[in-house]
Amino acid sequence: MCLGIPGEIVEFMDDRPDLAKVDVSGVRRAINIGLLENEKLKPGDWVLIHVGFALSKIDEEEAKAALDFLEGIGQAYADELAALADSKID
Amino acid sequence: MRFVDEFRDAEKAQALAAQIAALCEPGRQYKFMEVCGGHTHTIYKHGLEDYLPESITLVHGPGCPVCVIPMGRVDDAIFIARQPDVIMTSFGDMMRVPGSNGAFFDANAQDADIRMVYSPLDSLKIARQNPDKRVVFMAIGFETTAPSSAMTVLRAEMEGLENFSIFCNHVTIIPAIKAILDSPDLRLDGFIGPGHVSTVIGCRPYEFIARDYGKPLVCAGFEPLDLLQSIYMLMLQLKEGRSQVENQYSRVVPWDGNLKALQVINQVMELRPYFEWRGLGFISHSALRVRESYAAYDAERQFLVPGVRVADPKACQCGEVLKGVLKPWECKVFGTACTPETPIGTCMVSPEGACAAYYNFGRFTRQRVKEATRA
Repeated sequence: MCLGIPGEIVEFMDDRPDLAKVDVSGVRRAINIGLLENEKLKPGDWVLIHVGFALSKIDEEEAKAALDFLEGIGQAYADELAALADSKID
Repeated sequence: MRFVDEFRDAEKAQALAAQIAALCEPGRQYKFMEVCGGHTHTIYKHGLEDYLPESITLVHGPGCPVCVIPMGRVDDAIFIARQPDVIMTSFGDMMRVPGSNGAFFDANAQDADIRMVYSPLDSLKIARQNPDKRVVFMAIGFETTAPSSAMTVLRAEMEGLENFSIFCNHVTIIPAIKAILDSPDLRLDGFIGPGHVSTVIGCRPYEFIARDYGKPLVCAGFEPLDLLQSIYMLMLQLKEGRSQVENQYSRVVPWDGNLKALQVINQVMELRPYFEWRGLGFISHSALRVRESYAAYDAERQFLVPGVRVADPKACQCGEVLKGVLKPWECKVFGTACTPETPIGTCMVSPEGACAAYYNFGRFTRQRVKEATRA
């Protein structure tokens, strides 16, 4: 729950402007982007995700470094990804 | 499993370690608290203490939201879960946290319907799909997760959902740090500030720590190099006689935080007069509750929870661990009666709890040959 995980915005959803599809280590899910409404997000942007909400916009370099780090920590990240994979909020 | 010598940029780490060692004044002891459980995890996982001179001690703070939930709140949540037609939903981290009569997992095995979710929005979806049930979300966490609970309540209102509420246990980090600063047990030289909480609240709320208490604080990222860099920044401040708030994690943390997130928290929630923290006791204005204007989404009002205070188990010394007075292995039951499989205290439940982090990684760290600066 406390892990912030980086995701790449893949597409927006016409019927739900508060949501966007992201890719997190190959897992594609919808997340809420309402907390970054002032950031003018576009596909290809990276965001840090907490419990299904994008909390901050980050650059690609930071996203890659964070992913490297998370993949190194093992079980906790695997659990977080599994939980995200089970999530279907749209 | 990765050890110190295996993580990326080990050379950079050793260079930083040497710079830190060069700032140590002979005969002086330094104590820094890392507030956030994520930092504790990194420190043990990568054996960062082995990189530091003997005179620097890292003290683990109260920043694990699962660890600070008192038993009475777990009991209240289970009480709610046992009401007719209720589906309780929770982050997986909470499932094994002991209440006075077992944890969520135990209640589930008996008569309650408690489901794990990734996001409060998953909980909202369960409410949408089960109009004849009352769906409650066990809301926990610091300012990192509070905005998501608030946003979910706003969404429920927008959709006109009448069968969704949150059991609000959100806590705020600043009063906990203040309680530690005011506690006579512990003399600290500075703080490693939490990373993700600060993406929401920014760096400004920490300024009183530097101004009124004269202690430096550096907001830090989660990689081993981030933490070493932050310790270097703290040492440099001490050397130069400064006490300031600095932001090592500026690539993620904006100085002013996330204003939209702060606005939604404030719209839906307000400070409680006081809240009990496991091990730390009652702390004034240290937690959030749902505002009266959103009472329809407040499980505490909807279900009239008993709110009975339950004392922590006698053998458990989580309080001392959360305040940084005891190291995990100094607790009487650590690794014997209390293990991640059968936790007595909360610090052993969450992977970010100091005890679980140390149990999983620290034992190996301590056996390792000390290197780097001490050579």
